[in-house]
Amino acid sequence: MSAHRDTDPRIHGIQSKIRVVPNFPKPGIMFQDITTLLLDPKAFKDTVDLFVERYKGKDISVVAGIEARGFIFGPPIALEIGAKFVPLRKPKKLPGKVISEEYVLEYGRDCLEMHVGAVEPGERALVVDDLIATGGTLCAAMKLLERVGADVVECACVIELPDLKGRERLNGKPLYVLVESH
Amino acid sequence: MIQRPLIFSPLNPISPQVSTPTTPLVNAVFPKPNRGWIALSSSFQLPELRLQNYQLTLPPLVCSASDSVTNQPSMASQDEQDPRISKISSVIRVIPDFPKPGIMFQDITTLLLDTRAFRDTIDLFVERYRGKNISVVAGVEARGFIFGPPIALAIGAKFVPLRKPNKLPGEVISEEYSLEYGTDIMEMHVGAVQAGEHALIIDDLVATGGTLCAAIRLLERVGVHVVECACVIELLGLMGRERLGDTPLFVLVSST
Repeated sequence: MSAHRDTDPRIHGIQSKIRVVPNFPKPGIMFQDITTLLLDPKAFKDTVDLFVERYKGKDISVVAGIEARGFIFGPPIALEIGAKFVPLRKPKKLPGKVISEEYVLEYGRDCLEMHVGAVEPGERALVVDDLIATGGTLCAAMKLLERVGADVVECACVIELPDLKGRERLNGKPLYVLVESH
Repeated sequence: MIQRPLIFSPLNPISPQVSTPTTPLVNAVFPKPNRGWIALSSSFQLPELRLQNYQLTLPPLVCSASDSVTNQPSMASQDEQDPRISKISSVIRVIPDFPKPGIMFQDITTLLLDTRAFRDTIDLFVERYRGKNISVVAGVEARGFIFGPPIALAIGAKFVPLRKPNKLPGEVISEEYSLEYGTDIMEMHVGAVQAGEHALIIDDLVATGGTLCAAIRLLERVGVHVVECACVIELLGLMGRERLGDTPLFVLVSST
């Protein structure tokens, strides 16, 4: 069983490396910047290790990462647990045949795409992103995977903003995060 | 140290193999694990010039090559490709007419679906760069974000994302570069890297070299030494390698 995130000594080091940038991308938003975490090889490794410890040996064959910061955390996890990595991308980035899932933003809509054939029915999948806020993006990601018959085992993020209640938006799917930010 | 017998050997495995235009041409530029460097592709194109550059720019990497003088593989095996390369090449998918007519798009997402091939891809880079005093792996958004972090983690370097404009929060430096039509901008965080650090730049593919060039300039502007650019795929015939000037380029697969 993996270490509990509230008591694992690595968590504090990880949290301390995340930089909060005020008023980005717009006034009033306190942006959780994980790039400073990536500058600390030990903290970055600890971050990946915490996820790997949780998911290794659980018969997970797909790690889906959300563009673009999910591309940073997803592949190292996938490689360590022996799963394939599936990028979930903004429109028109993936060549060839894709399926699309539209989702709502604060103002307007966006769209997430996945390659047809990347995931088989019945595969057990994780969805990885750096952060969960409202949960809209993760929800779209889960829908893409479920539409092709995959079983989304869990969503995994480095950071959760609990006040935005993203966890409730995941249709009962579990969410695992390392750090909460209020 | 000049590895002359290895670089100029008639058995140099860099000689391109015959292939159809739609098939990735497997160019055997690869390190032999524990056996030092074989036929760096950067030395293939301009042997005399590159020899001098080899001495000036590669000393940190040559350290392991000096081991190869005593542990050399047999000449016969120098001609063999690393067996991992052909598998990697075979799982890269070519999509015609994307993003526009006439472009044969090299799609690495199929590589990422093959756990063994993806692992091998990373291993090939890690074997080349581990223990070489490289403290920075810079990855170009977005596909450089897929290959860069696993390499960085394995060699104990930090990962620095190089991003499109307005994605990085806080203070950044920007570098403009040319596209076929118009320009684009690449950004890096101020303070991510320190003067004197040794860096790799990672992207999935090099075509004209414009993006990699912009990345090199960003890092050099803050006093970082770019040891090498590393890509999974090189598109031959677009002069990308030449455009990188003195900065060596290492790739696993070449394609026409």
